[in-house]
Amino acid sequence: MMLTIEGLDLLYGDAQALDDVSLDVPEGAVTAIIGANGAGKTSLIRTVSGILRPARGSIRFEGREIAGLPSHTVCDLGIGQVAEGRQVFPTMTVRENLEMGAVIPRARERAKANLERMLVLFPRLGERLRQAAGTLSGGEQQMLAIGRCLMGEPRVILFDEPSLGLAPAVVQELFRIIKRLRDEGMTIVLVEQNVAASLHLAATAHVLEQGRIVLSGTGPELLDNPKVQEAYLGL
Amino acid sequence: MPLDFYLNVAAGGLLTGLVYGLAALGLSVIFGVVRIVNFAHGELMVIGMYAAVLAAGSLGIDPLLAAPVVAALLFAVGYGLQRGLINRFIDRPDHMQFILLVGVAMVIVNGLLIAFGPDSQSAQVPYAFDAIEIGPLLLDTTKVYAGVGALAVAALLFLFFRLSLTGKAIRACSDNQLGARVVGLNVERLYALTFGLGAATAGIAGCLMTLLVDVRPQLAPEYTLLSFIIVIVGGLGSMGGALLGGVLIGISEAMAGFLILPSMKSMFSYGLLILVLLLRPQGLLGKRP
Ligand SMILES: Nc1ncnc2c1ncn2[C@@H]1O[C@H](COP(=O)(O)OP(=O)(O)OP(=O)(O)O)[C@@H](O)[C@H]1O
Ligand SMILES: [Mg+2]
Repeated sequence: MMLTIEGLDLLYGDAQALDDVSLDVPEGAVTAIIGANGAGKTSLIRTVSGILRPARGSIRFEGREIAGLPSHTVCDLGIGQVAEGRQVFPTMTVRENLEMGAVIPRARERAKANLERMLVLFPRLGERLRQAAGTLSGGEQQMLAIGRCLMGEPRVILFDEPSLGLAPAVVQELFRIIKRLRDEGMTIVLVEQNVAASLHLAATAHVLEQGRIVLSGTGPELLDNPKVQEAYLGL
Repeated sequence: MPLDFYLNVAAGGLLTGLVYGLAALGLSVIFGVVRIVNFAHGELMVIGMYAAVLAAGSLGIDPLLAAPVVAALLFAVGYGLQRGLINRFIDRPDHMQFILLVGVAMVIVNGLLIAFGPDSQSAQVPYAFDAIEIGPLLLDTTKVYAGVGALAVAALLFLFFRLSLTGKAIRACSDNQLGARVVGLNVERLYALTFGLGAATAGIAGCLMTLLVDVRPQLAPEYTLLSFIIVIVGGLGSMGGALLGGVLIGISEAMAGFLILPSMKSMFSYGLLILVLLLRPQGLLGKRP
């Protein structure tokens, strides 16, 4: 297992956002997490990435305990993130945004080569290297967020609702990119509102409700599950 | 009175204003990144002044040469202050941060009073009474050195933020703190670096200031306030704005002191502040919120 999460609790003051969450993230596959608004998906991503500290529980990354480590350490171990709302640096240029993805020591030396790679992967970013990231379209910003994450040479990428607010054509392109990353062997955790598309990509999937995992299975199993169909697929 | 006379006064004000602007730049950088209002800014500047005066008095070192060492010293003070104290208050409400920094300022001023007493002290330099002739202008050598020094340090700071990886990472923290954590930047460390840089900038401004005025502990709160006024006039978060604001305040002080009464000079800074707040609340070079 790339990531093993066990008994994870997260509190915001008195409010419990994650309640005894356990799940495995297998290497080289997509693990989908689905759940309604406020279910705790972002809380889970941020706890795994070290931005939030769990009250209890264990997170093991390639066998090493990382729960409670600060985010810069976790990121440098190879856990990359494409965060909810993209979180680009709006007044900085596209090039500077990409450079920031490679400040972590694990990737710093290869920043130049990786930047070239990103421009091949996302030609539209290449045309806008000197443009402020805040002036990019939503889709371009999402590509930038993904490119910035890849600059850090992650071993696993946590995607938090990457398709949110994007036009259908851009969403399709986005899922093509995620599929390609998976086919190249990247380990991916995918939080998505776009449940059907993400279950089609996923090897395993988990349903989060009010901070608890209420259902787990393979992607196809959950696609066929009547509860999932009713609650998340609108069938 | 001949025009040259006014020009001379204005140029002198401009050079002094560049030093004010440099001090304000430090305040602006700290606020822009750490979102902490450094109420101890003038105090850090006055620590720099005393360090320069001591170096000049006991070792005969020119304040311009002492500046890099003083900068390193104040960098360490600022870094330590942020790491040891202020980082613990980052998520606290504004009024607590406010009181914390006011407390730090009080401790520094009173420490200076105990160490040096309330009387003025000055740094002696051999060129104290020299003048430099530039076209129609006859400028005090001390003012030219101080102003040019301030401009040079501001330019270095600007280049640091544009070109160095650390400078860009600090800008990233200021742009989007969550984004900075997402890419694995060590935000707390970068905050401490920023506070250190802001303090070092104040320290250098203090060194340069000893070429222009005598130092006493009670200057500290005055400079804190002056730096605020400049940052607000120039526009929060704008490095160019801080320098421009400093220059405007410097010139208006000099003109008011010369044309009306020396004791009227700070009235004009406040007048300028109120005017800017009325007509352009975001400051001269600030972006609209
Ligand atoms: N900073 C916070 N302080 C207090 N409560 C919070 C905070 N952030 C999130 N919560 C609460 O924790 C719960 C889980 O929020 P979270 O953002 O993880 O949900 P989510 O599944 O990502 O939702 P969405 O689909 O809307 O992004 C919600 O009830 C939310 O109100
Ligand atoms: Mg969310």
